Amino acid sequence: MSEEVSVQEVADAMYQLVKETYGKKNLKPMDLTKAMFSQYGRDRCSKQTCKAAIRELIDNGRCIYSYIGGSYVTLPPES
Amino acid sequence: MSEKELKTPLVDELEEGPWPSFVKEIKSLDNPKAKDLLGVLERSYRDKVGHWKHGGLVGVMGYGGGVIGRYNDLPDEFPEVAAFHTLRVNHPAGWFYTSDVLRKLCDVWEEHGSGLTNMHGSTGDIIFLGCSTEELEPTFKKLTELGFDLGGSGSCLRTPSCCNGMARCEWACYDTMALTYDLTMEYQDELHRPPFPYKFKFKMAGCANDCVASIARADMSIIGTWKDEIRIDADAVKEYAEAGDLDILVDVVSRCPTKCMSWDGQELLIDDADCVKCMHCINAMPKALAPGKDRGATILVGSKAPIIGGALLSSVMVPFLKMEPPYEDLKELVDALWELWGEHGKNRERIGEFIQRIGLGNFLDQIGLDPTPEMIAQPRANPYIFYELDDEDEYEDDED
Repeated sequence: MSEEVSVQEVADAMYQLVKETYGKKNLKPMDLTKAMFSQYGRDRCSKQTCKAAIRELIDNGRCIYSYIGGSYVTLPPES
Repeated sequence: MSEKELKTPLVDELEEGPWPSFVKEIKSLDNPKAKDLLGVLERSYRDKVGHWKHGGLVGVMGYGGGVIGRYNDLPDEFPEVAAFHTLRVNHPAGWFYTSDVLRKLCDVWEEHGSGLTNMHGSTGDIIFLGCSTEELEPTFKKLTELGFDLGGSGSCLRTPSCCNGMARCEWACYDTMALTYDLTMEYQDELHRPPFPYKFKFKMAGCANDCVASIARADMSIIGTWKDEIRIDADAVKEYAEAGDLDILVDVVSRCPTKCMSWDGQELLIDDADCVKCMHCINAMPKALAPGKDRGATILVGSKAPIIGGALLSSVMVPFLKMEPPYEDLKELVDALWELWGEHGKNRERIGEFIQRIGLGNFLDQIGLDPTPEMIAQPRANPYIFYELDDEDEYEDDED
């Protein structure tokens, strides 16, 4: 079985995705999770890892939550 | 606008009459925010359009819920309420407070916000109306020092709420307040960090009277019920009959939705196998009738108010579940629902709408629940579930 990807690596990949889609597409936490499943495969990347990665992004201020009808993960205004 | 004398003739009309007036309350604040707030309202009445917009990027560090960004679209005219955010504060189960803590909450809010509150919002939270963006973090800090936390908003789990159950009511079939507290603690992550396609609400009602209207408002309605027989005090029934204030035949028996009761002028009989536990007879004769002793709750899923699609009422998922800590069966069901809806729900699709889209049969199949006769829209009518023969059954039928 392949080695599970680290929370930090998933957080970095998620951040990259948020950055690339900024201003074009709003991403919900589940959109990020599904993207990570596609990128790494479910055997290497669990829901718990994705949840921890999103928390990491929010807690260190690299990303913030926004509300536009629903809740999304986006970049802070200064970015 | 705050500098000038504000004329609000349309709003002022709402001070007239003997009833309480929110305009009087807002005016009594006598601060610039209150004046501009009434100014925006006057403009809305005059223009016949709301001048508020909501959402955006505001919040406190680490949380994705609890703050609803509110901005008016006339910031140059009404600068004091250019940003006038709402804070949802997680209420205690059953809304019990000491007067001391209410004073302290109000002190925090007078220091950092407009001083306007809304007790309580429709989700149940304490609502603080009118915070500037800069004051969000200081307010949150003071609230946490008092032992309070923010509630849910956006696509978070919303603050669980309940009737005050066993604390105040003899009909509570389970401890609604204990379950509310337990779920609030268990699902802190979902409450503060939005994980879902859209909002999700738990509401706990101790009996079918459903004083928190959970069947119409909650994505998961947990409504107290019982399995055994309604308890009858025959002497008290006789007292009702002799007093003459209540016509047992007309007001109780004939209003039973399943006609499971009979009254011959002497004895009240109930066929409990046909009783749907609607509470009507118990409400009508509270001294004579009471819920049975084998108590728990019915778990229903899927109601919502008509914000995007139409209104929905909750449907029965589990007819009876004992409601005792640590509530493992309930949490297992919740996890299964969230897993399926979380992954396959569309953006802004409530779980009730999701069930409608994929069909209850498919939904039950996916979460691993067997269909039961109680999963119907109305008693003894309109089944959702259509039993299908599998290939083997069909083959056997053909052979016959």
